[in-house]
Amino acid sequence: MQNELITDATLVSNYIKGEEPALEVLIKRHKQRIYSFIYSKVLDKDIAEDIFQDTFIKVIKTLKRGKYNEEGKFLPWVMRISHNLVIDHFRRNNRMPKFSNSGDFNIFSVLSDTALDAERTLIKMQVESDVRKLIEELPADQKEVLVMRMYNDMSFKEISDKTGVSINTALGRMRYALINMRKIIDKHNIILTN
Amino acid sequence: MAKLYSKKNPQTQLDLNPKDETIKFLLDYSKALSVINCNKMKFEALLN
Repeated sequence: MQNELITDATLVSNYIKGEEPALEVLIKRHKQRIYSFIYSKVLDKDIAEDIFQDTFIKVIKTLKRGKYNEEGKFLPWVMRISHNLVIDHFRRNNRMPKFSNSGDFNIFSVLSDTALDAERTLIKMQVESDVRKLIEELPADQKEVLVMRMYNDMSFKEISDKTGVSINTALGRMRYALINMRKIIDKHNIILTN
Repeated sequence: MAKLYSKKNPQTQLDLNPKDETIKFLLDYSKALSVINCNKMKFEALLN
């Protein structure tokens, strides 16, 4: 009863200070939601169990290393980690496809469809929307150059003419835009590959 | 009275919770893990 009154942020802070029972409250409070989310994606209890475990191992390591900085957003942060691990799981399985051999030669085991399947299409859309959100975070001058170069396919000469800055400045802004995006990606553990 | 022939969603019938062993493993792992700070570097140590 009393546990319900303690916020996630307080529990996280207590856990970081060394109060181990706080973790138990956090796990028990959110286990059903996180596990259901993972299961809804992988549809396999054992795999869901593994991903749930890996998710919390990552949570524990991050908290113990003092790298957690998303105050008040514990559940969305854990959901994001589990989401990334689910994507990793599908990616790993795509790299090493399993064939069930029924004895007869199955032509579909050597033929493959190069078009993206539903899972990969979803991942691609997610990645593209994440990249767009990252671009929105950039300073205006860097964002302008990056959008012109990557989305409008303009040359740096054209960008320089349009924005009224030198080619070198445009190149510099592009470089800083990429560096800044990489920093945000590293900081938030975002996975942007399909 | 009309009969309902639609299948029940299998997910709603399942108890969607991780196993107790998994939770216990995580709590034990947390107790065993300690992070050692050393000159701006961090090392993980698992103590049983």
